[in-house]
Order: sequence, then C-alpha cells, then structure tokens
Amino acid sequence: MTDIIFLIIALFTVTAALYAMLTKDRTVSVLSAGAAGLFASILFLMMAAPDVAMTEAAIGSGLTTFIFFFALRKIRSSRNG
Amino acid sequence: MTGTIALITGILLVLIGLWGILTNRDIIRMIVGFSLFDVGIHIIMLSIGYVAGGTAPIIENLSDIGKSYVDPVPQALVLTAIVIGLGITAFMLTYAVNMYEKKGTLEIDKFEELKW
Amino acid sequence: MVKKVFILLMIILTGLILWSFVPGYESRTALPEVSAHYVEKGPEELGAANIVTAVVVTYRGLDTLGEVTILFAASAVVGLLIHLNKNENKRRREGSEILRTGTALLFPLILLFGIYVFINGHLTPGGGFQGGAIIASAVVLQVLAYPNRKIGHGLLSVIESLSGFTYVLLGAAGVFLTVNGFLDNRILPLGEYGSLLSAGLIPVIYTLVGLKVGSELSSVVISLNGESEEEQL
Repeated sequence: MTDIIFLIIALFTVTAALYAMLTKDRTVSVLSAGAAGLFASILFLMMAAPDVAMTEAAIGSGLTTFIFFFALRKIRSSRNG
Repeated sequence: MTGTIALITGILLVLIGLWGILTNRDIIRMIVGFSLFDVGIHIIMLSIGYVAGGTAPIIENLSDIGKSYVDPVPQALVLTAIVIGLGITAFMLTYAVNMYEKKGTLEIDKFEELKW
Repeated sequence: MVKKVFILLMIILTGLILWSFVPGYESRTALPEVSAHYVEKGPEELGAANIVTAVVVTYRGLDTLGEVTILFAASAVVGLLIHLNKNENKRRREGSEILRTGTALLFPLILLFGIYVFINGHLTPGGGFQGGAIIASAVVLQVLAYPNRKIGHGLLSVIESLSGFTYVLLGAAGVFLTVNGFLDNRILPLGEYGSLLSAGLIPVIYTLVGLKVGSELSSVVISLNGESEEEQL
C-alpha cells in the first residue's frame, strides 16, 4: 500500500519536472519546478527523512521559486524602463 | 521496493534536468533545469541511505537504541546540499539578470563573446 | 542536427551510467559501520535525540562551517552583482490591504516559528537551516507587502558576522577545553536527555547557524528585490 502511494507521488514528481521543461511559458515552468520540489519533499518524508523534507519544502520549493520570481520581475522591469 | 522506485525517480529527474539544460535556449529555463537536476541528485543520495523498514533517526528514549533506523549521514549531506543549491541558484539568477541588462535578451545564442 | 545527435548521445550515456546502479540495488538491511556508530553511540556521547542534527553540528561540524561560508560567499556575490547596475527608479505598486494586514499579523508569528524550529533542532526534525529559511520567508512576506520600503543591510550583516564569528570561537574553544578537538559540544554539560537545554553546545550552535542562514537568505531576497529607491524615500 505504501509502495503504491510512493509510486504515485514519484510519478507526480516526474510529470511536474517534464512539464517544467516542455511548457513554453517561463512562469509556468518555474511554478511546476517548484511543484516537483514539493512532491519530492513528500518522497523524502516517506523515505523516513523528515529533516530533509522540511528543508526541501522550505528552501528547495518555497524560497527558490520566490527568488526566480524576483529575478523575473527584475528582468521585466528593466525591459520596460 | 521503495528504495528502487526512489532511485529510478531520481535518475529520471537527473535526465530531465540534463535534457532541459542542453536543449533550452532560454537562460531562465536552463536554471530551472539545474534545479531539477539538483532534486534528482538528492533523491538518489537518499535512496542509497534508505534502510527497508527503518524509521527516521530520531531517538526519543535511550531505550530505543538498537531499533532499525535509516542512515543519518546521507540525510545530513543532502541537508547541506539543498542550502548550497539555493545559494548557487540565486547566484546564477543574478548573473542572468546582469546579462539581460547588458544585452537585452536571455537567448543563450545571442551571447557570442565566448564562441570561437 | 549534429548538435541534437550529440545531446541525445550524452543523455543516453548519462542514463546508462546511472542505470547501472539499478539492477544491483537492494535496500540496506543494516547500516554501514560509521552510521551504526552514530546511531548507537550518538545519543549517549552527545545527548542529542535527533541524530541528523548530531551529525550536522558535531560529527561533521567542519563541513557545516564550510557550507555556511559558501552560503555567505553566494549572498555577498548576489549583493555585489545586483549593486553594479542601479537603473531601476520607478516605484512599485504597494501590496493590497489584505496582504498588508496579513503581514502585520503573521510576520512576528512566522519569526517566532522559525526560532522555535532552530532552538528545538536537537530534539525534533528541524534545525538551523530550516529555521533560517522560515525566517527568510517572513522577510519575503514583508517585501511582498511593502515593495518600496527600504530594508537596511546593516543589522542583517551585523547579525550575520557576529553569529559566524561566535560559531568559530565556540568551535575553537573545543580544542582547548575538551579532548576531541574542534567543535566538540561537551564544553557545556550534556543535561537531561530529551529536555530543551541538553546536548551541550548543540542548541547554541544551531541557533547561531539559524541566525546566520536566516540573515544570509534574507539579504539575498532583499538584494534581488532591489533597493534602489533610497533617494525617493
């Protein structure tokens, strides 16, 4: 049973990663990479690594996405100005 | 079984990230590829330290010593690696912003100074 | 065309190299010798319930010191590169009413939660890195609600360098006061197993690491948000 849930979440991770590389939109790409990180943090939790899961959820998925968006906004504002 | 699934997931993520880095022309999406590569490596490292049936290495009572725990060393390494990954991603993004302000584009083909 | 063939070839080769792990892979049933020592002797030697924390802070403490240094270098370079060109002068739209009220309510709570996470790092999952990231996410909320407010780097860099310096000093004190040398946590008494003030130096060092990581990540966020509106405010 746990294996089946693990397999489903692993599939979600790979799908989100593939979508991040296939989509044409930069914003969607950054967001689905963040989603892949979030699913990966569930995988870490199920592999009995709660410390790593917390770090991945807070840093790998949360802060990284924010930093991408800050950089994208900087690029957009220097295009207009 | 869990370990094998995790190992294959990690390998797939590494390959997807590598493919993204090599085929995309857009710098931001190359950096997204880097961060996917990162996540894949972390999953592979943790799957190597996984012990079937083991619990998280947090020992509440001293009498619990001797039960089956997963390997703490890869977890500590991955913890470090995630934080460094964020630092490197921020560094690459800053570089991308700077290149955009110099050239007005993010297409990697337009940067010709290093071509020979 | 040739380029595409090379890319395909490279991906297939990398895949083959990595795939060679899979057929021979079996989940371990026992730990390797070093890890087994950490898990079995760690609680008695160091008094920390969370073995990952014990490995990060004490057994492999030197790696953590190097890692924090790399993070410092990364945040310094981000600040430097962003400051090289200041051509952005227009004011940004303020956050909405809901966002500003929510920020006023949530900001201290998120800070408090971050501090809780790194003080309890030796007992529960969590620690300096996670707590630092949570503190930085509180700063992200602040930056989103008030994009035009200037947040000075002064306080952040003072906190950052003071905690880094104290970390090294405490590590060096282990050389003189204990038998095991650099970054030994038994300078302070180990205390009662499982209570907040136990495990010797580990909560102190993890608090310092949390402050350091939190201020470094916050300064990365503030740098990337851009603070070139100084002359307008």
